[in-house]
Amino acid sequence: MSTPTRAPSGAPAHLTGAGGGIGADAQRPDGVLKVRGEFAYGSDLWMDDMLWGVTLRSPHPYARIRSIDVGPALAVPGVHAVLTSDDVPGEKVYGLELADQPVLALDVVRYQGEPVALVAADHPDTARRAAARVVVDYEVWEPVTDARTALGHPTWNQVHETPAEVTELSRESAHLHPQGNLVRHLKIRRGDPEPTADVVVIGEYEVGMQDQAFLGPESGLAVPAEDGGVDLYVATQWLHVDQRQICAALGMPEDKVRLTLAGVGGAFGGREDLSMHVHACLLALHTGRPVKMSYNREESFFGHVHRHPATMRYEHGATRDGDLVYVRATIYLDGGAYASSTPAVVGNAGTMGLGPYVVPNVHVDCYGAYTNNPPCGAMRGFGSVQTAFAYESQMDALAAELGMDPVELRCRNAMEEGSVTPNGQVVDSAAPVVELLRRLEAMPMPPAPATGADVDLRDMPGGVSNTTHGEGVRRGVGYAVAYKNVAFSEGFDDHSTARVRLEVVGGEAVATVHTAAAEVGQGLVTVEQQIARTELGVERVVVAPKDTAVGSAGSTSASRQTYVTGGAVKAACEAVRERVLSRARDLVGRAVPDLRLDGGKVVSDGEGVALTLAEVLADDVVEETLEWRHRRTEPIDPETGQGFAHVQYAFSAHRAVVDVDTELGLVKVVEMACTQDVGKAINPQAVIGQIQGGTAQGLGLAVMEEILVRDGRVQNPSFTDYLIPTVLDMPPMRIEVLEYADPHAPYGLRGVGEAPNISSGPAVLAAIRQATGLPLTRVPVRPEHLTGT
Amino acid sequence: MDFLQPATWAEALEAKAAAREAVPIAGGTDVMVAVNFGRLRPTTLIDLTRVPELQEWGLDDGAVRLGAGVPYARVITELGGRLPGLAMAARTIGSPQIRNRGTVGGNLATASPAGDAHPALLAAGAEVEVASVRGTRRIPVSEFYRGVKRSALADDELIAAVRIRPPAGPQQYSKIGTRNAMVIAVAAFGLALHPDRRAVGTGIGSAAPTPRRAPEAEEFLAGELDGLWESRGELPAATAGRFGELVAAAAAPIDDVRGTAAYRVHALSVMARRTLTWAWADYRKGDPTCA
Ligand SMILES: Cc1cc2nc3c(=O)[nH]c(=O)nc-3n(C[C@H](O)[C@H](O)[C@H](O)COP(=O)(O)OP(=O)(O)OC[C@H]3O[C@@H](n4cnc5c(N)ncnc54)[C@H](O)[C@@H]3O)c2cc1C
Repeated sequence: MSTPTRAPSGAPAHLTGAGGGIGADAQRPDGVLKVRGEFAYGSDLWMDDMLWGVTLRSPHPYARIRSIDVGPALAVPGVHAVLTSDDVPGEKVYGLELADQPVLALDVVRYQGEPVALVAADHPDTARRAAARVVVDYEVWEPVTDARTALGHPTWNQVHETPAEVTELSRESAHLHPQGNLVRHLKIRRGDPEPTADVVVIGEYEVGMQDQAFLGPESGLAVPAEDGGVDLYVATQWLHVDQRQICAALGMPEDKVRLTLAGVGGAFGGREDLSMHVHACLLALHTGRPVKMSYNREESFFGHVHRHPATMRYEHGATRDGDLVYVRATIYLDGGAYASSTPAVVGNAGTMGLGPYVVPNVHVDCYGAYTNNPPCGAMRGFGSVQTAFAYESQMDALAAELGMDPVELRCRNAMEEGSVTPNGQVVDSAAPVVELLRRLEAMPMPPAPATGADVDLRDMPGGVSNTTHGEGVRRGVGYAVAYKNVAFSEGFDDHSTARVRLEVVGGEAVATVHTAAAEVGQGLVTVEQQIARTELGVERVVVAPKDTAVGSAGSTSASRQTYVTGGAVKAACEAVRERVLSRARDLVGRAVPDLRLDGGKVVSDGEGVALTLAEVLADDVVEETLEWRHRRTEPIDPETGQGFAHVQYAFSAHRAVVDVDTELGLVKVVEMACTQDVGKAINPQAVIGQIQGGTAQGLGLAVMEEILVRDGRVQNPSFTDYLIPTVLDMPPMRIEVLEYADPHAPYGLRGVGEAPNISSGPAVLAAIRQATGLPLTRVPVRPEHLTGT
Repeated sequence: MDFLQPATWAEALEAKAAAREAVPIAGGTDVMVAVNFGRLRPTTLIDLTRVPELQEWGLDDGAVRLGAGVPYARVITELGGRLPGLAMAARTIGSPQIRNRGTVGGNLATASPAGDAHPALLAAGAEVEVASVRGTRRIPVSEFYRGVKRSALADDELIAAVRIRPPAGPQQYSKIGTRNAMVIAVAAFGLALHPDRRAVGTGIGSAAPTPRRAPEAEEFLAGELDGLWESRGELPAATAGRFGELVAAAAAPIDDVRGTAAYRVHALSVMARRTLTWAWADYRKGDPTCA
């Protein structure tokens, strides 16, 4: 077992002030600007001679385009360009994993909101009016809007009687793509194929389509360059994967397409796919003018992928004593019209779909399907959020069936270091699932709900809307645990690049860290500074703008940037340090064994200050650029799903306490408690922020967040009707952060951002279930579900 | 686009008469949303925030005369005692920012079935005072709503004020939303007991094409309270239950993204029963306002 250390929340690290190395609550360099409203987001980009680009989108979920007439739009005064797929000079389709999505619609549109044409004009309103005058003649088709129908699996795939392969062959529904409607089918076959058990519980579950709901809409500015290339400033998550796809679409080499990160107002996976990137570049190259594109709120709901809705059937078998014997699971993820990251989401949902429990016999089928619903792809938690609702509901159902306490059942079956996962991987660092649960249990409970005259409406279900003074209110408590892979899996060459420079400016040592890792609000810029401070012993660390002038950092997703880009920055700092120390040794003229960098000086414990950095460096600059990789993973076997697929796991657990107005079906989450193992809290305050934010997003999915899609059409593309939690919905939290170092990771750290997003919602659902006694198999839970109306 | 900023009420009325398609703007919390979503492209905006009379409230002929441009935040802080039902409704509206800007006049002119002022105004039996260069008229609020987002306002008229008699008995307001703040009503209910007139006022929101009263429920309850007004005796649970059913029966809701028709009907019956229970408990204690 690795050495445990524990950092209680609110550790007195604030003393380090604005600066601070790893482990300190270093302040964000962008924090004050953001709070003051002075931070420039992508939507604030501006050039005096710029044009505005807008997108004409398909009103139909599925249709053939007979013809497009751009003439009337071009005739609008102020319009500079109207482009269609004919104007895409390079590859006309793109995609993160499979290139299947048209830059601009080709002959068929496959979802409502698919981009069809672009307009650039001198005013956004002019561009919008012109776009409305593009005449598109559609032959409207019947959309395929259900994943199982799309795959020809009208009934649950009963593995015994009808192997999945057979039903797939018999699929009848229209093919959205030439290769069929199946994006990926992941199978896990482990242990006894025909297991039996004393106690069996079977459940079917459904998860609605959640949106990332980031506040900063998709936006960017493309500037044509003198060399015939283009410079794109854009709010995004992975500059280099954007660059690759943009180059392909424009038919340009990489040195002609340069990207710089614009201010990002949240991402959560929704900026992994391209949105306006290629469009703005096309318009800029076509007009020879800078072109800005910035979606409004409604368009944003059509401008990025969402979380896959899921339908799932689980069967858990256990002994009378409560030991899990087997799990069979069939999971359908609706990927919508294009693949996006569906294959990887299927990989996660399948391999981690049973939760952090030891299951000897496993049979999982996880399918990702094409439909005519909005495309779904990456969102925080990435496949694990959906399955967590199912596996944790099953654990509660099993506990009820066994007459056992739900926490006891979980502890009894919990993974620990050395356990084997369903994909046959040994968990080779701490897996403190039992401790996470026990710590939650030991936390004090919030006070009982007030009644009568003591009632503060803000504490009641319904809040100041004054729906109850205690009538009908019942309390419930629920627990859930998450485990989630950190970084990219299944053999992906997951790396990051860091360039670190050390020099003396005006007598002061200054380090500069240059990476292409997108800061999307999570605080990586602070982490980069902290690592450089710790490794180079300097206080002043400049984070250079994020751009493609340095190598890829990989995506800001999968809870991976502190691990992978943090690892790269650490390695580059070490290389810089080595050169500086070696120069110092040369200057001293003899071997000093314990030389290190501290406080802008080269010091030795034995000899005190040896030299100042000014003495060592003079006017020289020491710079190192390094590519850093975490240990390799491998693809899983396509037939059995076995393999060393994941580099690291993150674990978190939640306890939710809710009050439900059982008569009106309104929910007040009273308290959320969370325990999480983060390996090492590089910035404890930022860790707490991630846990709070992830918890809120999980709570949102449990009780309110859903994109409602009917017949392939989005019914609520606005913050009027797509509801996210407010301060009166998100309760105070109790948080305990554990730090069990992972020996394989830099500083022993574990990715933090996603796990709490996964365990939060199922805990809320379990609590509502306990309060109401209802089975509740679908999230978000609506008042209708709780009142039977 | 023209942007007019009349400094007096007379100028405002003249501006509206001269450009009937002009869109008045008070707090802008409906107008600007429509503009931002591209649903409204006014050729002329008339900013009413400089007209002093609209920003004031006062007592006139025994009633509170609430200027159309008084924001919700002031209704809550200044009129909680005089207009308890409306103040309770105002507390449920939007966020602090919206309550600082949004006005009852704007809510009335938008005439959304989900507007939160309406059930409270209906229950209290308010009148809407509207004016044009042709003169001033008073419209009972129950006759003001003419269809989904349509009102009795003529195209040269502006809303000057609402007139509401101070409460002679308890008032309540209750609203369902699927989150605990900043939410458009899935269903709402306003109740006013009028012991002086031995009458009951009701208002239903978000459960019919327009805000509306529940006249049968009002009559039923007034009948049941006959005698109880004086004795301040206990209200039978069955009476509250029946009242809830009759309120629900007065609704004509639809299924939409915010909720099902069946849920709205159910929720109205619960809200009507609960608010009546609270209001009657307050009445028995002799507390006239209970806000
Ligand atoms: C985030 C948000 C949350 C909201 N939450 C709620 C809520 O919980 N409940 C609710 O009921 N509403 C809500 N609203 C809607 C809005 O705030 C209310 O309808 C508010 O009362 C509108 O008032 P206003 O002064 O801002 O109106 P404006 O937007 O200025 O005007 C609204 C309409 O009234 C007209 N108008 C304004 N004044 C006059 C006048 N004196 N004479 C004639 N016409 C006039 C305008 O031309 C326009 O048609 C919300 C809005 C937002 C943006």
